[in-house]
Amino acid sequence: MKRKLVVIGSGMASGRLLEHLFDAAPDAWDVTLFNAEPRGNYNRLMLSPVLSGEKTYDQIVTHDDAWYAARGVDCRFGEPVVGIDRANRVVHSNRSSARYDALVIATGSAPFIIPVPGKDLPGVVAYRDLEDTRAMMDTAGKDAVVIGGGLLGLEAAAGMAARGARVTVVHLMGHLMERQLDPAAGYLLQRDLERRGITVHCKGATKAILGTDRAEAVLLEDGTVYPADLVCMAVGIRPETRLAVDAHLEVERGIVVDDALRTSDPHIFALGECVEHRGQVFGLVAPLYDQAKVLAKTLMDQDAVFAPVQTATKLKVTGCDLFSAGDFAEAPGREDIVFRDPGRGIYKRLVLENDRIVGVVMYGDTADGAWFYGLMKDGADIGPMRDTLIFGPAFQGGAAADPMAAVAALPPEAEICGCNGVSKGTILNAAAGGACTLEAMRSCTKASASCGTCTGLVQQVMALALGGEVQDAPAGMCKCTDHSHEDVRRLIRSMGLKSIPAVMQDLGWKTVGGCHSCRPALNYYLLAEWPLDYRDDRQSRFVNERNHANIQKDGTYSVVPRMWGGVTTPSELRAIADAAEKYDVPMVKVTGGQRIDLLGVRKEDLPHMWADLNAAGLVSGHAYSKGLRTVKTCVGSQFCRFGTQDSTGLGIRLEQVLWGSWTPHKVKLGVSGCPRNCAEATCKDVGIVCVDSGYQISVAGAAGMEVKETEPLATAATEDETVAIVTAFVQLYREGARYLHRPYKWVARVGLDWIKAQIDDPATRAALIERFEISQSVYRRDPWADLSTPAEVPRWAPLADLTLEAAE
Amino acid sequence: MTLFVDIGSLDDIPRQGARVVKTAQGCVAVFRTADDQVFALEDRCPHRGGPLSEGIVHGTSVTCPLHNWVFDLNSGQAQGADKGGVLTYAMQVRQGRILIDAGLIRRSAAA
Repeated sequence: MKRKLVVIGSGMASGRLLEHLFDAAPDAWDVTLFNAEPRGNYNRLMLSPVLSGEKTYDQIVTHDDAWYAARGVDCRFGEPVVGIDRANRVVHSNRSSARYDALVIATGSAPFIIPVPGKDLPGVVAYRDLEDTRAMMDTAGKDAVVIGGGLLGLEAAAGMAARGARVTVVHLMGHLMERQLDPAAGYLLQRDLERRGITVHCKGATKAILGTDRAEAVLLEDGTVYPADLVCMAVGIRPETRLAVDAHLEVERGIVVDDALRTSDPHIFALGECVEHRGQVFGLVAPLYDQAKVLAKTLMDQDAVFAPVQTATKLKVTGCDLFSAGDFAEAPGREDIVFRDPGRGIYKRLVLENDRIVGVVMYGDTADGAWFYGLMKDGADIGPMRDTLIFGPAFQGGAAADPMAAVAALPPEAEICGCNGVSKGTILNAAAGGACTLEAMRSCTKASASCGTCTGLVQQVMALALGGEVQDAPAGMCKCTDHSHEDVRRLIRSMGLKSIPAVMQDLGWKTVGGCHSCRPALNYYLLAEWPLDYRDDRQSRFVNERNHANIQKDGTYSVVPRMWGGVTTPSELRAIADAAEKYDVPMVKVTGGQRIDLLGVRKEDLPHMWADLNAAGLVSGHAYSKGLRTVKTCVGSQFCRFGTQDSTGLGIRLEQVLWGSWTPHKVKLGVSGCPRNCAEATCKDVGIVCVDSGYQISVAGAAGMEVKETEPLATAATEDETVAIVTAFVQLYREGARYLHRPYKWVARVGLDWIKAQIDDPATRAALIERFEISQSVYRRDPWADLSTPAEVPRWAPLADLTLEAAE
Repeated sequence: MTLFVDIGSLDDIPRQGARVVKTAQGCVAVFRTADDQVFALEDRCPHRGGPLSEGIVHGTSVTCPLHNWVFDLNSGQAQGADKGGVLTYAMQVRQGRILIDAGLIRRSAAA
């Protein structure tokens, strides 16, 4: 016969418990689930992405109605439990009752509300549940104050800032996140937040929340007043123990449980943020999941012991990389290893005691965090590698065994290079056959020869076969030269080289005429360096740029006319429709960049179609170029009831400034009229989000093989300034990036701080814009018009047609 | 003895480029190198049928524009790891005119 299990509270800990229980013993328990919130379990950790708009509520639901129904859970959501009758083993809510054989209390925690005047005003929220999150999502263009500069408070602040609010963080202590970070890392974090427009006030004690009907401002002890349409209190949490106290269970700070998670009543258990175990309370999710595992076993009458392990902290604010674990207070016998790179905003600190790591703080570059954390957890003796420890596993000669182990475990038929379908076995065989450099591997198996994203994996497989003796890819830009891309660019400038043959001659190219990899790169470097002197070499361009249309798999082309900012007119549409019919275009498709694509056009028809489109005022959309592609816009303030600025007009203006320019790789822009971001600006190379006070410019997004949100570059008050900043950024990218690197890759190499410093300096900005305009004096013109002249048109047709002669 | 037919002027083809000749046996790509050597190859990559005439010409090689297979213009054979080749056709340049194997006018290649 099934026993009756009653669970109070539907949070992440009890949710995990039910999963374990139903997996292991689906028929052991009849479950009744009470929850004060009118909904089931969702991933509370993901409230921050919901707040910032990166996720929706539906995406963070972990158990939906169907999940509960399939397991026969009696859900009583929106029913707060008001009492536990231990003598009769009955739980009472405000509406119903339920008998139990076993009871689990999972009431979680309650936000700590500081007892200041005004704390109960409307507009004052905590940051615990969906209702709080929704209130904070509605702050675009408003003033918000977050009280508390800990993990939760900063996620709230960053989320509201992303929504377009003016945010101030008031923090009682001397630096942010003082429990996880030391002052140096706290300073870097503060600087990064301030760059996103968030005001940070440390050593600030809240005296009162001012306002008559609702919150209007926050008053500090030192007399400072911050305006506040919304106040978020995120100063901490305390275990929610009221039910347990009323039921006379043993309660200290939390509900006291033993190693099996049993309370002082043998029929009652507890887990989650409401418990206290051996004097410790819990706020991070990892130990709660461990508790769920242990309690599931306890309920199945198996022995299990909860033993908390140290956990690491990561901040979920996009663009702020920090990692903290362990103890980093200064103490006798403790030593520090510190690494700083002020230019890139990187700080790493290891706290050592007896040659063992006891604390890790990292900011700006947290890639090695898991490795340090592993050493700390294992209590590993780091004495032998102390000299290079701070540089991470890559410098420990074999210590980075983990990724290799994963690769070693792959079966021979595992596909390593998806583009060319090369398996692990093929790579191993080729390595055994003597391919011991990456270049050799590429030329004999094609592994990593296409998109290159598998290069690291291919090298690891090679290392496996060759016993760690992989030679790195040669530094040269391709097999024709040993000079790197950067060196070639420098030498083009310093030696005044102004043609491809001159570069190949003077830099000692090893091949005649280069290859398909270096020739387009050289052509770009030369035209970017000498816009007035160098003449673009069409024969060194990839087919799409040579023919100003995208080649398709069957050798036909696609034609995309430019629609400035995605705006068109009935007469343009008519001209496009006419062209589509006249040239028998098999497919007309709308692109992701708000353009119309005519697919399946024969090469010989291209100049004729262009001439027709030109006649209607349409020019090339450059949908084929390593250059400015599209500026995607939303309708903005002209029509939209939410629009704060004329995003469409700004997009058109930007496109008219930037079009025709060649860049190292394609460049896509987006301009959204408000933080709702309908133009999806924050995954573009350059994204602009309009807000009431002006324009938020962010850069280095990606939405292709990699997906990456943009990072804030600057805010501008006017359209003019926005156009200037974007133009300067594009020119800086043109001058500095390696060919075929999108802006996000280039930004990662040089660092956003360096870019900001260039753009922020008025003289540098002006010089960049001037150089861009010099280049545009040559390239801001329509190639379709140039190539559809009577002299050019015959060159698009076959040289001769011998099938006609055969017919004669 | 091979008969030749005039298909156009050398200047009709850009250096490091190609033009297409339509024939009864399919399209033929006529390449001109930087030093004015001329080659005629089947304009159809054995890999996925890409038009070699649209590839980048480097030295006496061409790279297929679809997936970067590289072919030697002399032999028509794929280079590196790729296996396969395309047909090559006899041709001549006389007084700036390009002449190609007249057999291409016929529907099937002469044995």
